[in-house]
Amino acid sequence: MADAKPVERPLSPHLQIYRPQLTSITSILTRITGNALIVAAFLVVWWLLAAATSPEYFATADAVITSWFGDLVMTLSLWAVWYHYLAGLRHLYFDAGHGLDIPTAEKLGWVLIIGSVVLTVITLLVI
Amino acid sequence: MVQFTLPKNSKIRTGKTWPKPAGGKNVRKFQIYRWNPDDGENPRVDTYFVDMDDCGPMVLDALIYIKNKIDPTLTFRRSCREGICGSCAMNIDGINTLACIYGMDEIKGDVKIYPLPHLSVVKDLIPDLTHFYAQHESIMPWLETKTPAPQKEWKQSIEDREKLDGLYECVMCACCSTSCPSYWWNSDRYLGPASLLHAYRWIIDSRDEATGERLDDLEDPFKLYRCHTIMNCTKTCPKGLNPAKAIAEIKKKMVDRVV
Repeated sequence: MADAKPVERPLSPHLQIYRPQLTSITSILTRITGNALIVAAFLVVWWLLAAATSPEYFATADAVITSWFGDLVMTLSLWAVWYHYLAGLRHLYFDAGHGLDIPTAEKLGWVLIIGSVVLTVITLLVI
Repeated sequence: MVQFTLPKNSKIRTGKTWPKPAGGKNVRKFQIYRWNPDDGENPRVDTYFVDMDDCGPMVLDALIYIKNKIDPTLTFRRSCREGICGSCAMNIDGINTLACIYGMDEIKGDVKIYPLPHLSVVKDLIPDLTHFYAQHESIMPWLETKTPAPQKEWKQSIEDREKLDGLYECVMCACCSTSCPSYWWNSDRYLGPASLLHAYRWIIDSRDEATGERLDDLEDPFKLYRCHTIMNCTKTCPKGLNPAKAIAEIKKKMVDRVV
């Protein structure tokens, strides 16, 4: 036997090789939209604070929020609100022990994705 | 800890391309993860070519073909070749399954084979399952009783026995647990779908008398509640079982006993 130095074993690949599943994608989107909405909420609060501070400060904040970039962020946030809301409803349904077979869960996954986009478009048309 | 990339010693290099079988007309390309503990090198992916006219229909048949005819150093576990022992669990074509019951006709393009994800690799396609088995043992996978044993057997009604269907069939292949992103990041403390399915199998067994203790043991932010209903487990189970449902039922039992 050669020297008995312990071998450092490698970690097998995970995210790098696992095929994305509808189940895992809809799950991680719930987390991403939730976290993104915290940032969006701060933006809105900043806008309101600016309004309460001074007309000049509000003009700056309002320019940022109503710029094309601000519009983009707010539109994505709107989608995130709908997505996170629908995903929350699905979690309630899951936690009650329903819809936990793969065909139903995947159907609900498509409801989240398509439903959130449709609701976003409707909201944009209404406001 | 959440770590999205692989540690330095685990980064995968391009490996060797082995010669094509002579005279094969129906040849298929295989890309297989290799790691040898003795050469001090990083893992690599080797390319093999299998003559499909000379090989059985399952992925395991191809692995045995490669080991017998091309490269005897290729290392993998296998035993029953009919999906009952759970030994040949590995990541095939991006999902975890048993090589012996996964047909190559189900795969489009090249066949990519890796060990089960996010485990320490012993060699090639063999991951270290010590921790996985220890977690299984921790849920007391046996009948716990307090009343004296009956003279013959512990009896159970047909209805109560039916509650175990879809649970007792689990062969502990670890496909589900190693498909779960939450288990990847938290397997030190989260029990994972396989152990939790087994936990539920004993919780709802009408003969078991330790239901309260079993639930007490799982009442923990990590052991049970790191399940976020991602459902990769159910999606990938090669036996068609539903660990996600079993975990949801445990969570319901937790609520039931406090309200």
